[in-house]
Amino acid sequence: MDDHRPLIRSLQRRGLLRGGLSLGFLTMLTGCDVGDSTSVGKALLSVSRWNDRVQAALFDPNKLAPTYPESMILKPPKFNAYFDITQLKPVDAQTWKLELAGLIADKRPWTAAQLATLPIRSMVIRHVCVEGWDYIGGWSGPTLRSFLERVGADLSAKYVAFKTADDYPSSIDMATALHPQTLLATQYAGETLADPFGFPLRLRMATKLGYKNPKWITAIEVTNTYPGGYWESLGENWFAGL
Amino acid sequence: MISETRDVEPEAKPEATPEATPEATPEATPKLPRLHPLGVRIMHWTNAVAMIIMITSGWGIYDDYVIFHGVHFSANLRLGAWAAPSLLWHFAAMWLLAINGLAYLVYGIVSGRLKRRLLPIRWQELKGTVVDSLHLRIAHEDLTMYNAVQKLLYIVVILAGIWQIITGLLIWKPVQFSAEVALLGGFQAVRLEHFVGMSVIVGFMIVHVALSLLVPSTLWAMLSGGPRERHPAVRT
Repeated sequence: MDDHRPLIRSLQRRGLLRGGLSLGFLTMLTGCDVGDSTSVGKALLSVSRWNDRVQAALFDPNKLAPTYPESMILKPPKFNAYFDITQLKPVDAQTWKLELAGLIADKRPWTAAQLATLPIRSMVIRHVCVEGWDYIGGWSGPTLRSFLERVGADLSAKYVAFKTADDYPSSIDMATALHPQTLLATQYAGETLADPFGFPLRLRMATKLGYKNPKWITAIEVTNTYPGGYWESLGENWFAGL
Repeated sequence: MISETRDVEPEAKPEATPEATPEATPEATPKLPRLHPLGVRIMHWTNAVAMIIMITSGWGIYDDYVIFHGVHFSANLRLGAWAAPSLLWHFAAMWLLAINGLAYLVYGIVSGRLKRRLLPIRWQELKGTVVDSLHLRIAHEDLTMYNAVQKLLYIVVILAGIWQIITGLLIWKPVQFSAEVALLGGFQAVRLEHFVGMSVIVGFMIVHVALSLLVPSTLWAMLSGGPRERHPAVRT
């Protein structure tokens, strides 16, 4: 028995190495399937939902994101969407309307002219993309909070959801919707939003990743049912707070 | 009653001794703890899995928008078919890494293991070990004692792990921790610092795995527990 011990040990070592390799290989394989119905994919998505709750707990509704001097504003801002800029379909402001739905008292749609009567706020903030890049942008428009209060939205509801002209559904938590640096932006760098950046109305939040800011908004809904979103349905995290 | 029989047994049954194999003899003496108690081994291999997931999924996230122009990671090395699954892996394994790492630090500090294994590091010994290693003289007969280079490497990699948790948290929450991000030079600087921390850990892993294969008894010790401590005063 003693004579065989070194052999047994070397075999066990080799077994370990092989085990290590196959474990690595397994994770590589399953990694390709995330987002679909595999059990690993499902487990990862449920951790992502858990992380939503952790982020909601970490989110301080009174904490303001850093702001920057106007001289740092990037002009024009970066264009980024799930489609190429050549496929852009501008929105016609004459026929455009903002529809309202869900837990809102006054659901009459808004025109661009009506929106322009609301008091606006400006902020120069850092845009952080989930990919890793960032830039400083200057945004103006009514706060989402003031708009929700104006139309009599249920501010104790869980979610505010958006529909857009580019079929990019999105949704955020109510705490972020009521944050002072959450704007329904109509201007960039003091001028009316240009078509590629969401004219006539887009969401701009200082406390969320870039993909959480829908452009060319056509409808707002206040709801307690989880609405999800475009990238979220492809596996990106929903809360995506900064 | 039980203690009585134990006291009597060795004298009453002297024939029991020849049956014991040479390897079994230390078991009979008052048990000294093994080099790597079971808890340490479990935490070591949990950490190994968590680190590999964090590093390979991190490469997937990095590749979405590289820091160094032209520096990409091969798709074969990246965990996740594209950035979103890589992020899912990264933000799931972070819990494993952080909870396991915290348990390891608490255990290491409370038990005194970290201090006993990793301190003190003497400069003369460090120099000597480096010179020996450069001459390919790798002496590691007593696995229970770490040389100065080992101590330094283990301290560096533990600090790098803590650094990754801190810089990772700042990249994840740059608004909630805006003052800390500013302290470390801004958002892109923290991204770079997180990358540097990863590079230190990968560098450590290459050396660590290479040496464990050169001195396989160390690898075996992290599976089986290794030799028992030589001195009763030394406790894990």
